[in-house]
Amino acid sequence: MSARILHIASNTFREAVRDRVLYNLIAFAVLMSGAAILVGQISINIERLVVINLGLTAISLFGIVIAIFIGIGLVSKEIDKRTLYTVLSRPVRRWEFIAGKFFGLAGTLVVNTICMAAGVFAALLYIWPHHLQGSDTGILVALYFIVLQFLLITALALLFSSFSSPLMSAIFAFALFVIGTFAEDLRGFAEMTHGAQHWLATAAAYIVPNISALNVIAQVAHEQPIAGRLIVFNTAYALTYSVMALLGAILIFERRNLK
Amino acid sequence: MRPSRRVTIIAATLLAVSMVASVLLLRELDKIRTNATLQEVLYVSSPTTIKRLSLGYSSLMADIYWTRAVQYFGGKLHAGDRHYELLGPLLEITTGLDPKLLVAYEYGSNFLGAPPPLGAGDPHQAIKLIEFGIKNNPDQWRLYYDLGFVYYLELKDYKAAERAFEAGSHTPNAHPFMKLMAGNMAQHAGEYGMARLLWTATYQSATENLIKANAQAHLRAITTDEDVLALNQIVARYQHDTGHLPRGFSELIAAGLLRGVPQDPLGHPYKLLPDGSIEVADPDSLPFIQHGLPSGYVPPAAVKLLPAD
Repeated sequence: MSARILHIASNTFREAVRDRVLYNLIAFAVLMSGAAILVGQISINIERLVVINLGLTAISLFGIVIAIFIGIGLVSKEIDKRTLYTVLSRPVRRWEFIAGKFFGLAGTLVVNTICMAAGVFAALLYIWPHHLQGSDTGILVALYFIVLQFLLITALALLFSSFSSPLMSAIFAFALFVIGTFAEDLRGFAEMTHGAQHWLATAAAYIVPNISALNVIAQVAHEQPIAGRLIVFNTAYALTYSVMALLGAILIFERRNLK
Repeated sequence: MRPSRRVTIIAATLLAVSMVASVLLLRELDKIRTNATLQEVLYVSSPTTIKRLSLGYSSLMADIYWTRAVQYFGGKLHAGDRHYELLGPLLEITTGLDPKLLVAYEYGSNFLGAPPPLGAGDPHQAIKLIEFGIKNNPDQWRLYYDLGFVYYLELKDYKAAERAFEAGSHTPNAHPFMKLMAGNMAQHAGEYGMARLLWTATYQSATENLIKANAQAHLRAITTDEDVLALNQIVARYQHDTGHLPRGFSELIAAGLLRGVPQDPLGHPYKLLPDGSIEVADPDSLPFIQHGLPSGYVPPAAVKLLPAD
C-alpha cells in the first residue's frame, strides 16, 4: 500500500475518532453488562446464548450503522468542506483517495469490533467465570465474518457516495444491506420463476451482496462448528465483492467533474 | 442572577418535575388499563414473518421471545391465572426463530403439558412442540425423554412413551436410563415406581435448580402418597384385628405395626384422624400429593417449591 493511501487512511481514522464514533462503545458496554446481569433473572437457562447473540448482533448492527453513516460522508463531506481540492492538488491520485478512505473507515470498524469483542468475552467470563470453552473460538469466526460484512457495506457506501447525495447513498446502502440479508431467498425465488423473470431474479440475486452467508451468529451461539470451506469462500467472496464495489467507486470518482 | 443561569435553573427544575410527573401518570395509566397489558397481544404471530423482519438476527429474536414466554408463564403462574392462551404461540415463534434452542422445548413442554394451575394443561401442544424439536435436533436424547415424559405423565399412553424412550435410547450419548424406562413402560411397571424413576432421572440429569426443585417436590409427593396408602392399610389391618380404629399412632406402635410415629419426607409427623384416615401436617409444603390432604383443602394459587438440595 502506498504511503499516500496510508496517510489518507490514518487521517480518516483520526477524523472518525474525533467525530466521537467510538462513543458507541459506551452504549455497547451498557448493553452487554445489562444483559449479563439481568438476563439470568428474567429468563431461564439462556445467559450464555443471550450474551453471544446480543453481543454479536450489536457488534454487527452498530458497525453497519457506522459503516453506512460515516461511509456516505467520506467523499461528499470532503467536497462540501472543499478539503478534497487541497488533497487532490497534491500528488494524490483520485483512486488513492478512495482507497485511503476505505481503509481508514475499515480500520476504524476493526478497532471498534476488537473493543466490542473484548466486551463480549468479558461478559461471558462474568456469567461463567474461568470457563471459556474451546467452542468459543467459533465466536472469533463470527466476528471475522462480521468484519467482512463491514468491508462490503463500507465499499458499497463509498460507491454510492461517489455519485449520489449523502441521504440517497444512505438509503441505497441500507436497502442493499436489507436485500442482502434475503439474498438466499432471492435465489430460491429465482429458481421458482421462468423466462425473463427467472433471469432478472437470478441476476438480482447475484448482484446484491450475500449478507446472510456472513451471518453465523446462531450456529456459533449453539456451539456448532463452522466449516473451513465456508471461511475460505466467505473471505474470497467478501473481498471480491468489496473490490468490485471499490472499483466501481473509483471508476465513477475518476470521471466525476469536481469543478 | 444572570438571565442564562436563571433559564438553566428553571429548565432543569421543570425537567425534573416533568420526569417525575410522567412516571406518576404512567403508573396511574397502568392501574386504569389492568387488562390491557401488552402481554396479551401478539402483533405478529407468524414465526416466518418475524424471522424475515429480524434481518438475519433471528437467534437474538428467539432469545427475546423465549424470555417473553418465560415472563408470560411465570406471571400467570404467580397470579394463579389458569389461562395460557399465548404460551403456545410464543413457544412456536421462539422455536421457529431458533429451532436449536433446546431449553425452549424442555421447559416449554413442561409449561404446556402440566395440568393447571402448574401449566397450560395442553399435552397435545406440548407433544407437537417436542416433535418439532426432535425434527430439528434428532440427536438430542433429552427431547425424546421429554416426549416420553409427557406421553406417560399427562396422557398415560404407555405405548407412545415406550416408543419415545426407545427411540431416544438410540441417539448418541443417550443417558442409560432411557433404555431402562423404555423397558419399564413396556412392562407397565407400578405407577409410583415408574413415576419415581422418571422424576429421579429428571433430578439427576437436570442442571437447573428450578427443574431439580420441581423433581424433588414430585419425588416427595410420591413418597408421601405411598406412605399414606401404606398407613391406611395398616389402620385397616389394625381395625380388622381389634375391631376398632386406633386412637393414635401409639396403639399401632404397641401392636407392632409401626416402629415409631411416621413422618412425611419433610420430617413432619403424619396425623391419624379419629375416623382412621391419615393426613399430612402441612399440605402447602407438599405440592402434587394426591393422598393425605385435609378435607376441603384448597391448594394455594401459586405453588411454592422448596430449594433443591
